Amino acid sequence: MSSAPVLQLAGVHKTFGQTAIIRGVDLDLVAGERHALIGPNGAGKSTLFNLISGRLHATAGTIRLRGADITRATPQAINRMGLARSFQVTNLFHRMTVFENLRCGALRSRGGGYAFWRRVDGVAEANARADEVLDAIGLARRREATAGELTYAEQRALEIGVTIACGADVILLDEPTAGMSRSESAAAVALIRKVTAGKTLVMVEHDMDVVFGLADRVSVLVYGEVIATGAPDAIHANARVQEAYLGTGLAQAGAAETAHA
Amino acid sequence: MKGRPHLVAALPALACLVALPFVFPQGFALSLMCQMGIATIFALSYNMLLGQTGLLSFGHAVYFGLGAFCAMHVLRWAGGSGGGGAWVVIALPLVGGLGGLIAGIVLGAITTRRAGTIFAMISLGVGEMVASVAPMFPALFGGEAGLNANRVFGAPLFGITFGPQRQVYYLIVAWALLAAWGMHALTRTPLGRMANAARDNPERAQFVGYHPQMVRFLMLALSGFFAGIAGGLSAINYEIVTGESLGAHTSALVLLMAFIGGIGQFYGPIIGAVLVTFLQTALSQYTHAWLFYFGLFFLFMVLEAPGGIASLVQLHREPWRQGLLRWVWPQYALAALPVALTLAGLIGVVELVYRVAGGVEAGETSWKLFGNAIDATRWQPWALALLLFAGGGAWLRRAWSGVAWQWKMVLLATARGKDR
Amino acid sequence: MEFFLVSLLNGVSYGLLLFMLSSGLTLIFSMMGVLNFAHASFYMLGAYFAYQISTAVGFWPALVLAPLLVGVVGGAIERYGLRRVHRYGHVPELLFTFGLAYLIEEVVHLIWGRIAVDYRIPEALDFGAFQVFDSLYPAYRVFMMAVSIAMLGALYWTLTRTRIGLIIRAALTHADMVQALGHNVPRVFMLVFGGGCALAALAGVIGGNAFVTEPAMAAAVGSIVFVVIVVGGLGSLAGAFIASLAIGVIQTFAVALDWSLLDTFREVGWTGEAARAIGTIKLSQFAPVLPYILMVLILIFRPRGLLGRRDT
Repeated sequence: MSSAPVLQLAGVHKTFGQTAIIRGVDLDLVAGERHALIGPNGAGKSTLFNLISGRLHATAGTIRLRGADITRATPQAINRMGLARSFQVTNLFHRMTVFENLRCGALRSRGGGYAFWRRVDGVAEANARADEVLDAIGLARRREATAGELTYAEQRALEIGVTIACGADVILLDEPTAGMSRSESAAAVALIRKVTAGKTLVMVEHDMDVVFGLADRVSVLVYGEVIATGAPDAIHANARVQEAYLGTGLAQAGAAETAHA
Repeated sequence: MKGRPHLVAALPALACLVALPFVFPQGFALSLMCQMGIATIFALSYNMLLGQTGLLSFGHAVYFGLGAFCAMHVLRWAGGSGGGGAWVVIALPLVGGLGGLIAGIVLGAITTRRAGTIFAMISLGVGEMVASVAPMFPALFGGEAGLNANRVFGAPLFGITFGPQRQVYYLIVAWALLAAWGMHALTRTPLGRMANAARDNPERAQFVGYHPQMVRFLMLALSGFFAGIAGGLSAINYEIVTGESLGAHTSALVLLMAFIGGIGQFYGPIIGAVLVTFLQTALSQYTHAWLFYFGLFFLFMVLEAPGGIASLVQLHREPWRQGLLRWVWPQYALAALPVALTLAGLIGVVELVYRVAGGVEAGETSWKLFGNAIDATRWQPWALALLLFAGGGAWLRRAWSGVAWQWKMVLLATARGKDR
Repeated sequence: MEFFLVSLLNGVSYGLLLFMLSSGLTLIFSMMGVLNFAHASFYMLGAYFAYQISTAVGFWPALVLAPLLVGVVGGAIERYGLRRVHRYGHVPELLFTFGLAYLIEEVVHLIWGRIAVDYRIPEALDFGAFQVFDSLYPAYRVFMMAVSIAMLGALYWTLTRTRIGLIIRAALTHADMVQALGHNVPRVFMLVFGGGCALAALAGVIGGNAFVTEPAMAAAVGSIVFVVIVVGGLGSLAGAFIASLAIGVIQTFAVALDWSLLDTFREVGWTGEAARAIGTIKLSQFAPVLPYILMVLILIFRPRGLLGRRDT
């Protein structure tokens, strides 16, 4: 892990009116790492995701993707530069089929563009990619079902599928296992491990089993600041993290997190 | 793929379209069918916005009208120079289409900056702007009288002069088929799919790399192109174009057509265009209040069947395939009489109000129905109409609960049949 | 100078009238998310009701009765029509009010005919109020401004000083929360919708006789009111106020000014054929287009309107 950072946040601030949500975040992500972002509710994890992916713009500081400044770029531009994200609340094209959802995800990067002179069925690469992702997320059986008809776990899988379909090599997953049962969660972890192999992954996650099972490095965000970054074991042992994030006791905080999820 | 069964269905339909002028050779029928053809293209182009992209436009007539004026100028110019003849007329709708496309590019760049409710307001404002600018340039828009031309000029092409209405009908049919095919094909292109995506979830469309504003802009420009084709055909058909074709009433009419037909299905606006054009002609012969009935019908559809007629067709499709509709027919038959009575009562009340309120010139308060004179100044016809309306309505409520109950059964059975 | 003052006064009175319409529309939109396409139709109904009532019992009762009646009609339409389409989303709601506008126009055609009705300024107010240089300024115009300002004062007071105003302002941003606190939000919606309609009708009562009471009046004013809302910024009462006055004044001046671009072109020495084609248009002819051009300019340079903050 000595290469140049893929994603680089430097002094990022975000304020809403008087309220500072992100208060100077510095973060470097190296190619191929799986990075988990943890922190108590209201720490600003989702806001940070929104800033990186272009949904919101930072008040101060810079965000760079492979060296290019994306601080003020639009979501679509950032996506085309190879960064894709999923959403905490399932955010799909509900009236379209599973296959169509995936194809919409793949279309832009696989030659579909805004073309109105060729059939979408004829954009071979996009169709092939959609079917490939369909198999990877295990929804081949449900190919022609509309997204709105799927079960919750299936929708979460599709959410990841639409995110990775464009082939971006930086993936942001916002609580991919939120609201899942133990077994569903385990399946989701296996899925994430499979589909993000070789890519740079940043994920917000509350489930500590998932975090410590999947992540190469962990960053802890508290009140809009990263108080620690490091390997999972080091974070686990970090006194400051235990004090700030886990608060009065591991058991209590763990229970609160589970209740939230 | 699925093309073949469609083709099998298309051939008889095509034969019908070819045969129609021979079945209904009367002048008014022919001109009605021409109108329907033009309206079909126009309504389909409107649905590219409302149905496919989720843009509610109150100013779509602008593209139709500007296309018509472009075509009219070329027609006048060609007629003046005498060159080209029938070839010019055949290609004229394309000129209209280009006019609509350019208008769509220029105005769409402004209107599609926003979506949703604001787009609706802006489309209205831009529509009003164009409609109110037009009268200021009589050289371009012909002022109050509009612009006219003669579509017959130059040498005939294999005997075709486009003098007889029947020849114009075939031209309209050909262009309507071409345009409908084009618009249908468009739904299956990357842009067509992303239009649906941007309609349903513009935010996610951004996060898969598309700019919703660009999608809206392209759809509006292309929809302007097809509306312009319809405008070009109307220039040929009527040989006159007036400022009214740009105005709010034309915009409202195409909205009514698309919505009543059904914006959720590709074919919906076709039904709407044919039905609304027919009603417009048929109803206006019988009553001055036809626009009122029309508005009432529209409101009824918005409240009770927001998917339009096409959604009702879709509803019946699967049960019909499974042979389950025979459960519903008797209930429909039972409801038919109360429906007729309620409608009769309603129409009676409206017509009576109209007569006494002095909407009719020179105070005509009586009229003839089935040979009986009805005098709106007396109380008997009022009592009868109100009784019909109230009684029919009460009966209809009961009859309709039977229909609703039976439908519940049918839908349950249909769902089970589908799973098997 | 005399011309300037008279036009300014006329512009302001027209602008205040526009604001009576746009304020109701803004309140309804901000609260319910519904753009009431039929808002100007209630303005028209107000004028026609006032005409009908004033032929029977005179202008002063009509001034009170007509808005109340229209308010009741509006409330009923919200309760039995709009509320039912609410579940289908905003586009069907907009279509419903569009159909309503269409239907109201036809009702007016059926009952009062297609030509203007003879709705006049009451004699008690048909005199010159004060001298503007050489001419008398009509008292009715002053009355119009007084009613508008009184009405707006009452609206402001209701919104800021009363319980219902408090609930309305809370429901603007947090409808669910207000409902959770035990307030009947659907009823507040009905009141706001009816109230907005009554406000529009009051504008119709005082505007119908100052201008003209005809079936086309709704469409003519309706699109201008939409322009006001877009220019002012959707959901902003202050923006609507500024835009109303601006458009009222601009339009009044444009109608009154009788110079043509040709004069200007000649002065700068441009006398080509194109100059003659464009230049013969008088500014007064151009007046109906000005609001729309203003709207387009605002959209290009300030897409959210003068004071707008909401995005959709």
